[in-house]
Amino acid sequence: MNNNKLLTYDIMEVCLLAGSIMLRSGAETYRVEDTMMRIAESFGVKESHSYVTPTGIIFSIEGSEPTKTKLIRITDRTTDLYKVTRVNSISRKISSGELTLEKAYHLLKELETANLTFSIKIQVLAAALASGCFLIMFQGDWVDFLPAFIAGGAGLWSVIYIHRLVPIKFFSEFLASLIIGLLSFIFVKTGIGQELDKIIIGAVMPLVPGLLLTNAVRDLMAGHLVSGLSKGAEAFLTAFAIGSGIAVVVSFL
Amino acid sequence: MMIVEQLITSFIASAAFGIIFNAPKSSLIKCGLVGMLGWIIYIIMTIQSYDPILATLVAAVIVAVTSQIFAKVYKTPIIIFSVAGVIPLVPGGLAYDAMRNFVENDYNTAINLAAKALMISGSIAMGLVVSEVINQIIRNAKLSPKN
Repeated sequence: MNNNKLLTYDIMEVCLLAGSIMLRSGAETYRVEDTMMRIAESFGVKESHSYVTPTGIIFSIEGSEPTKTKLIRITDRTTDLYKVTRVNSISRKISSGELTLEKAYHLLKELETANLTFSIKIQVLAAALASGCFLIMFQGDWVDFLPAFIAGGAGLWSVIYIHRLVPIKFFSEFLASLIIGLLSFIFVKTGIGQELDKIIIGAVMPLVPGLLLTNAVRDLMAGHLVSGLSKGAEAFLTAFAIGSGIAVVVSFL
Repeated sequence: MMIVEQLITSFIASAAFGIIFNAPKSSLIKCGLVGMLGWIIYIIMTIQSYDPILATLVAAVIVAVTSQIFAKVYKTPIIIFSVAGVIPLVPGGLAYDAMRNFVENDYNTAINLAAKALMISGSIAMGLVVSEVINQIIRNAKLSPKN
């Protein structure tokens, strides 16, 4: 009996660990709930309930003993789709019976602390490239490729660094788009760039809350109204921050 | 020529977004392909002077369906592909123009443009929903004989 009780707690620990990694890395809410319940099921728990919002997870396991419930709070959320994929494949392996409880726990623990992101240099370079390409996609001229390249890279770089100084998402996005606007303005004034509008639009694209928007829609459609709405609100706030940063520059023209 | 240019730039832009979101390295090329497919459909439809809202809807549906297929085949979460594919369709230009007109106190034009940007965002969402519905129907069709 006592042993059984301990086992339930261990299962719970694994489920919550998987859930919190996924939620921190920017997975959709319904995927987090689904994964946690699947893991519990494959370890022989007949009934489990999970309630996930973008800021916390409540998970409870029912059994012969009194129901156990645990709550964890999620404060920081980043975007790391690689971790989401890894947790997904670990949960697949658990479902097919390839992993024991202990092994799964160690794998997840390792994954939790691992730093698998691309280096900041590569991310900034990718953002710069994307900005330049978006300029061409929006019918810009190749002359403006370099200005958009530089402004876009500087934009993402400043979001990352300002966020470290002041951990308020709205503020770092506002300041980053302000920097993009100013840089583009300087480029056009000095004659390096030509069309201010297109350079700004291209350079701002890496900051657009694309992941949040798609997640919001998918969550809303899966019936997770609370998560869907709050992610939608976060996306709207980001868009608003970018818009107001650019607006400050434009209003001085 | 212009189409080739668009193909290449949209591929690079979508793959670069994969890097920003830290998608697994092996899926970056697929991200690029999904983004390229969606964007090229959008561009060809707008050149044929279809309404941009309709073009966005069609492109979003195709992006989402391709992402579903990739997700099934490679056993990875669908968001990796759909995010990279959807990003080029986001009406950044329209939103910028709307904001600019707001700043310049030309509220009539601004509201016009903002409504259009909202419609396009809505059609991206619709596209994602349609593909989700198709996915559910296929899944149910697969499950029902077993019951």
